[in-house]
Amino acid sequence: MTEAAHAARSHETSRSPSAEFPKGRRLEAYRWMVLARVMDERCLSLQRQGRIGFYAPLSGQEAAQVGAAFAMQPEDWIFPAYREVAVALVRGVPLRSVFDQLVGNASDRSKGRQMPNHFAFSEIRFVSASSPIGTQITQAVGASMAIQRRKDRIATIAFFGDGATSSNDFHAGLNFAGVFRTPTIFFCQNNQWAISLPRERQTRSATLAEKAAAYGFPGVVVDGNDVAAVYRTVREARERALAGDGPTLIEAQVYRFGPHSTSDDPRRYREDSQVQAARQRDPIALLKATLVQDRVLDEAADSKIWEEARAEVAEALAGAEKEPLPDVASVFEDVFAALTPRLEEQRDEALGMHGGHRP
Amino acid sequence: MTELTLVQAVNRGLQEAMRQDPDVLILGEDVGVNGGVFRATEGLQKEFGPGRVIDTPLSETGIVGTAIGMALYGLKPVAEIQFLDFIYPAFDQIVSELAKFRYRSGGQFPCHVVVRAPYGGGIKGGLYHSQSTEAYFAHTAGLKVAIPSTPADAKGLLLTAVHDEDPVIFLEPKRIYRAVTGEVPDGDHRVPFGKARLVREGSDVSIFAYGAMVPTATDAAATLALEGISAEIIDLRTLVPLDERAVIASVEKTGRAVIVHEAARFCGFGGELAAILAEKAFYSLKAPIARVTGYDTPFPYSLEHVYLPNTDRVAQAARTTVRAG
Repeated sequence: MTEAAHAARSHETSRSPSAEFPKGRRLEAYRWMVLARVMDERCLSLQRQGRIGFYAPLSGQEAAQVGAAFAMQPEDWIFPAYREVAVALVRGVPLRSVFDQLVGNASDRSKGRQMPNHFAFSEIRFVSASSPIGTQITQAVGASMAIQRRKDRIATIAFFGDGATSSNDFHAGLNFAGVFRTPTIFFCQNNQWAISLPRERQTRSATLAEKAAAYGFPGVVVDGNDVAAVYRTVREARERALAGDGPTLIEAQVYRFGPHSTSDDPRRYREDSQVQAARQRDPIALLKATLVQDRVLDEAADSKIWEEARAEVAEALAGAEKEPLPDVASVFEDVFAALTPRLEEQRDEALGMHGGHRP
Repeated sequence: MTELTLVQAVNRGLQEAMRQDPDVLILGEDVGVNGGVFRATEGLQKEFGPGRVIDTPLSETGIVGTAIGMALYGLKPVAEIQFLDFIYPAFDQIVSELAKFRYRSGGQFPCHVVVRAPYGGGIKGGLYHSQSTEAYFAHTAGLKVAIPSTPADAKGLLLTAVHDEDPVIFLEPKRIYRAVTGEVPDGDHRVPFGKARLVREGSDVSIFAYGAMVPTATDAAATLALEGISAEIIDLRTLVPLDERAVIASVEKTGRAVIVHEAARFCGFGGELAAILAEKAFYSLKAPIARVTGYDTPFPYSLEHVYLPNTDRVAQAARTTVRAG
C-alpha cells in the first residue's frame, strides 16, 4: 500500500458524520457549477472576439471548487490561484463584480490593474491572486500562523494546481505548516496539465497527496469530479485544522477540459481522445445524474437552470461593458498608501498627455 | 538618551516597537534562542516569547511568504533575512507579491511587512556576505527602502518602518554595526522617511551617501577641509521615498556632486541620482557628476579594500570635480 493510499484509508476511518454533504444543498451546488460552466464558455468566446484580454478556464474543475467553497466558512481565508472564480461566486461575489474585473472597468474592485482572472475580493476574504505559481501557498501558511496567534477559530485554504507542487513555495509552505502545525488546507486541483506538461512529468511521486508525508501531515486523494466527496474531504480537513491537529494536503483529481488559458492550443500537446475520455466523467453530468435519479431534478428544470445561467451571464457582461475605464489618475494610486512627490509628478505628466479622466 | 552601537539601536528599536504594539512580531533564521547571528534580536525572545520572536526553518521564501500572510491578516511582521546576499529565494515574494499587493488589489489588501537585512562589505565576507543590492528594491514600485548610517537613525527609521503602512526593505550597514556608537533617544524615537540628513554643511561640492559610506564620506570631507575644499555631506537615509528636494537644493548651492555607494556602478542607485541632477539641476552644475562606487565586478574577498570606496577615492573624486570648474 502506498503512503498516499495509507493516508487516504486512515482518513476514511476518521470520517466525521458532520462532514457529510448536506443533501438539501445539492441543487444549489449544481446551479453554481452550471453558472461557472456557462461563464467559462462565454468568456472563451469573448476573448476570441477581443472583448476581454485573456481567460483561464475552469471547465472540469467545477465540482472541486464548489465542493471546497461549500466546505469553508465565511470567516475562513481563501488564497486562490487564478482559476478559482467558482469559489468567489459561491462565497457571494456578484457575477457582475467578476465581469467588472474581466473587462477591467472603473467598477472593478481592483481598479483594472490586473489581467482577467486575477481576482481580489476582500469582503469574502478572497485574497488577491497573482500570476507567479505557488506564491500564495506560503502566504496562506502565514495567515494561518496569524490565526494561531490571535486564537481565532477559523482556517485558511490555499488553492493551486499540479504544476505548483514543483514550486519553491509549495515546499516552503508545506514545511512551515508542518513545523508550526498551522490550520491550513492545501487544496491542489490536479487537472493533469501544467500548460503543456502532463502530471507524470511534473513529479515521479505516485500521487501529489503523498508528498504531505514528507512534511509530517496527512495527504488525501479525492475524486475532484464528485462534489460531495470534495466537500467531505475539505470539511474533515477543516475540522482537523480547528481541532489543532494541523494542516492537510488534498489532491482533488480532475481534468482540465479546456486550454490552460486563451493563449495556448492544447492540440499541440495532447490527444483529443484523452479529453473526450475525461469528459465521460464531467462533474456537472455526474451531479446531474444523481439529482435526476433522486428526483430532485428533471430535464425541464435542468434546461431552466442553464437558461437562467446564460441570462445572468449576459446581463453581467452587458453591464460591465457599459462601464468606462478607470481614471487615468488611478494608475498612480495604491503604489503606496499615499502618493510620493515623484508619483504626483508622473501623474500630472500622464494627465497632461491623456487629459481629464480617461484616455 | 543612551550611548549605543548601531546594532544595539536596531535591537532597541525592535524592542520598543514590540512593547508598543502586540501585533508586531519577528521571524527569521536564528532570531530567537540565538538572538540573531549579529545579535540584533538578542533578548527579545526572552522578553516577548517564542510566539512573537519566531525561529523559522531555513527558507527565505518561507520567511517572507509567511510574513506577507501575517500582514494580510493584520499583524505587523518584521522579517529578518540573515544577510542581504541570501534574500534571493524570497525575491519573488518581495518583488511579485509584497510590493504589489496593495496596487494589484486596488487597495483592498495592503501588505505591510518590514524586511530587515544586514548588507554591505568591509567584514571580509566575500561574494556572499558583502553585497549592496539596494537598487533592485529601489527599482521595484511599491517598496520603500531605508538605510540608516547612525545608531539614532537605525532606531528612528526602524520605528517609522514598523509603523508605516507600506512594505519597507530595511538595510543595515553591518560594517558599522559596532564600529560607531552614538546617542540614541530613549522611548518612541521616529525619523521620518523621505527626509535626508545634512551631515556636514559645505559650499564647494555635495557628497551624497548612505549607510556605511556616510562615515567614509565624512572622513573625506575632513581631509578636503584641510585642503580648503568645503564639502557638504548629505545622508539620503531613505532611497524610496527619496528626498529629491534636498539633493537638488544642495547641488544648486555647491554646483558639484559626488555620489558614493558600495554597490556596483552600472545601474546602481547613483545612476538615478545623477539622472535626477541632470534633469533638474543641470544649469547649476559647474562640473561633471562623479560617482565613487564598487566596481562592476562580483564582490572580491582578498581584495575587498580595492573594491570598496574609501576616503581617498571619495576625496580624489571631490578634488577632480572642484578642479573641473
